Amino acid sequence: MSERRDEEATRTRRRWFLAILVPVATLVVLVGGWQLYVSLSGVAFYILPSPGRVFETLIADWGILGPALVATLTLTFEALALAVVGGVLLAVLMAQSRWAELALYPYAVILQVTPVVAIAPLLLVWVPSTQAALLILAWIVAFFPILTNTAQGLKSVDHGLLALFDLYGAGRWRTLIHLRIPNALPYFMTGLKIGGGLALIGAVVAELAAGSSGRGSGLAFRLIEANFRSNAPRAFAALVLLSLTGIAIFFATSLISWLVLRRWHESAALRER
Amino acid sequence: MAEAARPVAAAEGRAPLVSLRGVGKRFATGTEALRDVSFDVGAGAFVSLLGPSGCGKSTILRLIAGLAEPSAGDIRWTGTANGARPADIGFVFQEPTLMPWATVFDNVRLPLRLRGEGKSAVRDRVMATLRRVGLEAFAAAYPRELSGGMKMRVSLARALIVEPQLLLMDEPFAALDEITRSRLDEDLLALWQAERWTVVFVTHSVFESAYLSERILVMMPRPGRIAADIAVGAPYPRDAAYRTSPAYNAVCREASAALDAAMAGELAR
Repeated sequence: MSERRDEEATRTRRRWFLAILVPVATLVVLVGGWQLYVSLSGVAFYILPSPGRVFETLIADWGILGPALVATLTLTFEALALAVVGGVLLAVLMAQSRWAELALYPYAVILQVTPVVAIAPLLLVWVPSTQAALLILAWIVAFFPILTNTAQGLKSVDHGLLALFDLYGAGRWRTLIHLRIPNALPYFMTGLKIGGGLALIGAVVAELAAGSSGRGSGLAFRLIEANFRSNAPRAFAALVLLSLTGIAIFFATSLISWLVLRRWHESAALRER
Repeated sequence: MAEAARPVAAAEGRAPLVSLRGVGKRFATGTEALRDVSFDVGAGAFVSLLGPSGCGKSTILRLIAGLAEPSAGDIRWTGTANGARPADIGFVFQEPTLMPWATVFDNVRLPLRLRGEGKSAVRDRVMATLRRVGLEAFAAAYPRELSGGMKMRVSLARALIVEPQLLLMDEPFAALDEITRSRLDEDLLALWQAERWTVVFVTHSVFESAYLSERILVMMPRPGRIAADIAVGAPYPRDAAYRTSPAYNAVCREASAALDAAMAGELAR
């Protein structure tokens, strides 16, 4: 019995090892190839900087890039937090009232399908604070998947369980708290994963749109600025930071989802072999 | 047809808990699910509703439970203290219908929780109920860790936790394998003999109804009506030997014949 468990543990360790090793090896090969190409072809650094130079710039320009990263992260997480609150509240409202759904859902869709780049200049004119305008823009992009997924989860409840709640006189409120909301959790987590990535994209698009107004200081603004000055190494460094931010958000939301659902949901369970 | 329209007397000779009189049900879609269904369920009786799918068996349960309203006739609670539908009805569905995010303990506790009873106050009751269905060791497990039969036991425990006066069962073991099903049938019967709630048991299995019930109401479809009322005289406890006895075979034959006649009448129309 214990032998079998040891074997199982070894297999699990090996699986984890591979899951980390293979992507890292791919990265090493790609970055190595890039470095090799730049050294051998002698391409100018303002066209394509080598990974080494990008890394050096990242360190050297940290005084500019660090605060820019903080600004972009702040914008992203504020937008995501507001998207979670707004998306969930709207979803609950729409699940509880057919009227609210009929009145609000079409406009949520319109807000979503209108390209945010097109709304950005208008909002920047209308909203007195640039920071608030950026936040609204990033929020518009991030909240929709959270809203639709959560609403879907609140609605797709087992009919037998609904009948049971009826039978024991649960009422709307208790049905919401004890049945609809737990049922919506996996759906919400999917929305959060998508919304987390979109919040960063929304923040970048908002910064790009506001960039010309000259008050932005986020990573996207620094990237554009570096491009205008033909400072390719800094533009690449900013890009690397943006990618790392996106990856970190993806892992963070996946981890939250796993922690919340691992006890009961099939998506978080390891398959038995 | 004329016989089916008359109220079917409580064959067991007990005072009725609930009486259905001329009950009909037409859905909003225009489908007539039930027509002129009349029967009494004696207090403490074990009654089976036997019929093919689509004959309105489940609809009758939903009407008795108050989950739907009849569009004709009425349902009278003659056996309750205040003449109203009792609050302590247990309902077991064909699927276990457990909440996947809740432990076995919390699933069983649900009816009490919905009445506002706190967790610590009901701990002993929940554990005692789990013991009755043989699952006290699985209180902390989640539904996905259980087999189909165990999930059904949790579902049964959740129905029993309210100490039901009436237990409504809608083809509860139909999705299980034969071995697990007969095991659950036996355990259900043992619990019923000990505790004597009233049971209305919906099934499409002649053998299951013949093994379990005191009385079998055979139904015919489109619209759902009662086609025959068969009393099962065999005494309880009914052990494994009963399943091979002449009495059991006679009941099976009678119920099958009634089903065939009902279906033939249906085809001839």
